Amino acid sequence: MTAAPGTLLIEAARRAGIEIPAFCYYPGLSLQAACRMCLVEIEKAPKLQTACTVPVSEGMVVRTNTPKVHDARRSMLEFLLTNHPLDCPVCDKGGECELQDMVFRYGASFSRFREEKRHTDEEKWSPVVYYDGPRCILCYRCVRVCNEGMDVSALAIVNRGGRTLIGPNAGGHLDCEQCGMCIDICPVGALTSGSYRHQARPWELHYVPTICTHCGDGCKTTLSVRNNRVLRGNNRDQSGINGEFLCIKGRYAFDFLHHPERLTQPLVRQEGKLVPATWAQALRAVAARFRQLLEQGSAFGIIGSNHAGNETAYLLQKFARAGLRTNNIDHHRTADYAALIAALARSGVRPADRLAGSRDLLTARAVLLIGNNPTEQHPLLAWNMRTNVRLNKGRLYVVNHRAIKLERQATATLRIEEGRAGALLDFLAGQTTAGQPPALQPWNEFRDRLRAESDLLVVFGDEIKGDGIARLVAFGNTLGGVTRYIALGDYNNSRGASDMGLLPGSLPGYAPVEDAVVRARFEAEWNVTLPPGPGLALDEMIAAAGDGRLGALYVVGANPLKRYNLNAGSSFLVVQDMFLTETARQADVVLPAAAVYEVNGTVTNTCGELQRIRQALGTNGPRADLEIIGLIAKETGISLGPVGSEEVFDEIRRLVNGYNVAMAGLAAGEAVPTAPADGRDASLGRPDLVHSSGDTLFTSGTLGQYSDMLEAVRRH
Amino acid sequence: MAHPLEVRIISRRFGLPNSASIDTFLAHQGYEALRKALKMTPEAIIEEMKKSALRGRGGAGFPAGLKWGFVPRQSPRPRYVVCNADEGEPGTCKDRPLMEYDPHQLIEGILIAGLAVDSHQGFIYIRGEYRYLIDIMDRAIEEARGRGFLGKNILGSGFDFELATHTGAGSYECGEESALLESLEGKRGVPRIRPPFPAVAGLYQCPTVLNNVETYAAVPAIILNGGDWYHKLGTPKNGGTRLFALSGHVSRPGVYELPLGMPLRQMIYEVGGGIRGGRQLKAVIPGGSSTPVLTPEHLDVPMDFDSVAKAGSFLGSGGVIVMDEDTCMVKVALRLTEFYQHESCGWCLPCREGTLWLRKLLARFHAGAGVNADIGRAGELAENMLGHTFCPLGDAAAMPVISIVKQFRHEFEQHLNGRCPFEAKGARA
Amino acid sequence: MRFSAQLEARFERFLARYPQRRSALIPMLLYAQDEVGWLSPEVIAEIAGRLDLSVVEVESVISYYSMLRRRPAGKYHIQVCTNISCMLREAEPLFEHAREKLGIEPGEITEDGLFSLEEVECLGACSWAPAVQVNYDFHHEMTPEKLGALVDRLREKRP
Ligand SMILES: Cc1cc2nc3c(=O)[nH]c(=O)nc-3n(C[C@H](O)[C@H](O)[C@H](O)COP(=O)(O)O)c2cc1C
Ligand code: SF4
Ligand code: SF4
Ligand code: SF4
Ligand code: FES
Ligand code: FES
Repeated sequence: MTAAPGTLLIEAARRAGIEIPAFCYYPGLSLQAACRMCLVEIEKAPKLQTACTVPVSEGMVVRTNTPKVHDARRSMLEFLLTNHPLDCPVCDKGGECELQDMVFRYGASFSRFREEKRHTDEEKWSPVVYYDGPRCILCYRCVRVCNEGMDVSALAIVNRGGRTLIGPNAGGHLDCEQCGMCIDICPVGALTSGSYRHQARPWELHYVPTICTHCGDGCKTTLSVRNNRVLRGNNRDQSGINGEFLCIKGRYAFDFLHHPERLTQPLVRQEGKLVPATWAQALRAVAARFRQLLEQGSAFGIIGSNHAGNETAYLLQKFARAGLRTNNIDHHRTADYAALIAALARSGVRPADRLAGSRDLLTARAVLLIGNNPTEQHPLLAWNMRTNVRLNKGRLYVVNHRAIKLERQATATLRIEEGRAGALLDFLAGQTTAGQPPALQPWNEFRDRLRAESDLLVVFGDEIKGDGIARLVAFGNTLGGVTRYIALGDYNNSRGASDMGLLPGSLPGYAPVEDAVVRARFEAEWNVTLPPGPGLALDEMIAAAGDGRLGALYVVGANPLKRYNLNAGSSFLVVQDMFLTETARQADVVLPAAAVYEVNGTVTNTCGELQRIRQALGTNGPRADLEIIGLIAKETGISLGPVGSEEVFDEIRRLVNGYNVAMAGLAAGEAVPTAPADGRDASLGRPDLVHSSGDTLFTSGTLGQYSDMLEAVRRH
Repeated sequence: MAHPLEVRIISRRFGLPNSASIDTFLAHQGYEALRKALKMTPEAIIEEMKKSALRGRGGAGFPAGLKWGFVPRQSPRPRYVVCNADEGEPGTCKDRPLMEYDPHQLIEGILIAGLAVDSHQGFIYIRGEYRYLIDIMDRAIEEARGRGFLGKNILGSGFDFELATHTGAGSYECGEESALLESLEGKRGVPRIRPPFPAVAGLYQCPTVLNNVETYAAVPAIILNGGDWYHKLGTPKNGGTRLFALSGHVSRPGVYELPLGMPLRQMIYEVGGGIRGGRQLKAVIPGGSSTPVLTPEHLDVPMDFDSVAKAGSFLGSGGVIVMDEDTCMVKVALRLTEFYQHESCGWCLPCREGTLWLRKLLARFHAGAGVNADIGRAGELAENMLGHTFCPLGDAAAMPVISIVKQFRHEFEQHLNGRCPFEAKGARA
Repeated sequence: MRFSAQLEARFERFLARYPQRRSALIPMLLYAQDEVGWLSPEVIAEIAGRLDLSVVEVESVISYYSMLRRRPAGKYHIQVCTNISCMLREAEPLFEHAREKLGIEPGEITEDGLFSLEEVECLGACSWAPAVQVNYDFHHEMTPEKLGALVDRLREKRP
């Protein structure tokens, strides 16, 4: 058997298919040699050695299957069980416990220990994290994942010897990111989650892998479902782009699904009040008004969602453009993807070659992060950046107008005044070094360091948009190697919404609406004539709706009136949502919509990685956005073609630039990179509309208000 | 305290008036070895140390010269000299007089180690309970600095060396070298994965020489009189003398400097004055509590590292604990296990859980609630720990128990009728 | 929180002593405990702050070392070694005697706040067993009588 020099014995054995049992060894975390499960015989060594700490060497003879090794394993397990409660049937981890598995596999006697067991009470450390001391086998995985992986260091080892336990940082409580990484990494039932504990047995559950509906990073989360309720989210099989990672939202903030304020019935405004109605009544009310307005030649405005899948976004814009004959369509833009793709194309490179994937952050030799606070806003990407620095010796450069936590991993940090990002980019791209005022000394140094890098990966927030992005690309082109980019947008399908053309100036795939050639292609497909000029942007639509220039405003999964004011009693407002949001409260008709976890389809994360979402629950009352759009269209007398999610996705693959992906990977649950744009300029303008909500770990736009878990953690 | 059989090398200044003061020290060859060493090359110093066959006095008995030779002197990182004055091994109390009565001898030894590995900073890690010794060492360090033996440009040689004490805070495990370094870095005293050994990556991950107090204390005499001279004081593989701490049921307990290789019988019956009250000897722990017990049949074993190892135990830290015929060996096993359980750092499973289980079992057994199967089980538990733990503390806990179960099984059996036969006799232990 | 000028000066020396600040942690804790009597939450927060450590890191360290206390002790903390060499020399009756004499259990403090009692592991006085430490002072070859007299003496010393 061969392995690269330095490979740990345990890894080399695993790769050769030989399982060496381990509790404290965990790939990517520091070595402990504490659990002693991995003892093996190495020829010439007088004692058994821990396979988790010994690197392989030339000619080494190792035996993993001798009586001595078996005895050692059995006795380690016996030691573990002495103080461990033997009530697996009531333990939360029962059925997925590594200790149980090991005892099953390697055997241990339970009966020789006749002494009194140690006891401590179970402790609630936070709404998310509970700790049951007697079950803890002190593998220190939780401590390490929190220190090394999360860089939070909220957990510590306390006491010593037989009284050793794990302790939280805030006097019996946890003041931390509440990510739950410690819980999922715990091999036994010592750490359990507030949301799941004592709820169910693993074998009663039904598992649905899907994509988290919160931030733009697109972590896979597997929902455990029983009786049409989601009981937990996790990523135990470590599949998906996030591997072992999930933040609090991916793991626990699914509870909005079962929130008591969830809309289950359509509402129709009668005599100034929203009153419950049947679907048929509500749809008829919408369709009648839409038909009437169409006949009158009134204008429509459509606002789409950052959360709903690509199919919904695509169908919505198709409905707008082909059905309602308008380009008045937009969404809350949280990153200027369009400008990035355009700038790359204009600078003469293939955008697809320059857009980095989330996992590239793990291996990039150098990463430049401008703006944003990924620790809060992009937890997975922050994890990847930290991991890169920690394990792969990547270098991180941070530019920000405020202190952010990732500076702790940074090779160099540059603090700039707010709003100076553009000036900095010009400076970075410029050739001059002489004659700079001393205040620019740090800028000079920073630029010198960046220029010494090649193959830089630039990650940027909403601080850079519009023309700023062109300047960024210009700078990137001055560097050696292949500079790549990630634009940071807020939500699970912010990128998809943009790619699908929820924009007033561009058809799906960033095809400019003014471009007669592309238009002709869609016209042929959709069998209509499309409006030739850009439509109104989001704020313009609301203004127009306010002063009666729009006949109707149709809002799907968005809450623009939280930010913008709409003069009351103006145009007909239809809102499709899960909750009675600020926007829905002003609507004439409210249609209860299914959540992302209740539908099938696809989403595209901020890096342009396309992944499948899968329906975990059926809905009783709410309907999928896709279905509702289809029903409205049908009632209105507009033909949209087939509206099933698979059919719509087929159309997306066919018509949307960059989405003609291979189906096999997608079907297998992989993330497939999209390859947008062909170099034409989508002149979108209005960078002022691009702004991030600045969510924290414990907020998630409007949706976050309906997660009791997030609310509880905010209060904790 | 002195005994005619003693060969007083490192203890030769004990008992002088004001022995801890630098003036007394200087009046008795003090810092002469340093002067000599300042003119030697590091290689020559290490060579002399190797010739002396001085083996570490902390417990493991590793040859000191060899250890110093492992330190990469060319390393761009600073090198450190650390002195282990944690003295926690039950039965061991020999570093105390070395610091109390002759602190400068220790400073001189550390300085010479510094020269040998080109280090400029030393630390003496002193157990927290020895506060008065920290004060004595601090005063001695100040005196030495005042006279130009520490600090910049020592004795005009161009050699700089700083030395400071560091207090422990109650942990036997911090005597283990890598745990000691963790503790010196302000952390929990949990040992490190080795390799790398301290000589390569020690304090602050820099190359570090780490020795026991007594090891350093022997250095000045070796440099002054030559390695060969020192070597000849002991046996071929065990150079020199060492401080033996006699404790327990001997008539004259105390710390005695004796040549390595002195037979155990002589040590107990001549130096120690025999068993208190003329009773019979039952057992001896020859090298601190971590070493397996010997019995009267071993009385002729020469007390050097190799001979004691051949007899099935270890010379360890030189703490000779003598037990008479009225001693309950179950109680001894229990008390030692209580100690190791209390001191287990808890890092690794077999030591953490094994000592706890053993303690509970032996406590129950000694109290008379034992069953026959417990006897074998105690031995098996200890065997299951032995060789499986992260650091030698687990072995230290296991070995005495294994040896007691093996050699005193009959005493365990006597406990099966519900009480301790020795307590019935009125002897507490 | 400020400590006495003397202790502050000692802290200065500690901080100057080590290439890495954190090395000063355990000495600072122990000497602060000597002055304050125990490691109160304020002391812990103060020292954590001075060394840029989190409170839980410091607590984790404290809970490892048996001399570091998170509860007050008596003015005279009486520590009786009962480990092997002392046990062989009647340390256990000595310890029982201390319990009776002081009327407290290990871990408790006498009502007048003067004494607390602890059974400790080997103190490094095995050849002069049995050994007792009162705060940092060693008392060798102790007997119940000598211990009784010592306690009485300390009681009288009271201002
Ligand atoms: C649990 C344990 C406790 C130890 N305690 C001490 C001690 O108190 N003093 C000491 O010098 N060595 C002690 N040692 C040995 C040290 O690890 C180390 O071997 C020694 O300090 C090296 O110095 P030397 O070579 O001069 O003996 C201990 C070892 C173990 C495993
Ligand atoms: S929930 Fe996350 S941040 Fe909090 S303690 Fe666990 S791993 Fe650390
Ligand atoms: S809580 Fe779980 S992960 Fe943490 S040390 Fe205990 S067993 Fe290991
Ligand atoms: S053997 Fe294990 S638990 Fe025991 S002291 Fe060593 S490392 Fe700690
Ligand atoms: S896996 Fe090797 S000691 Fe735990
Ligand atoms: S055993 Fe009591 S001082 Fe050593």
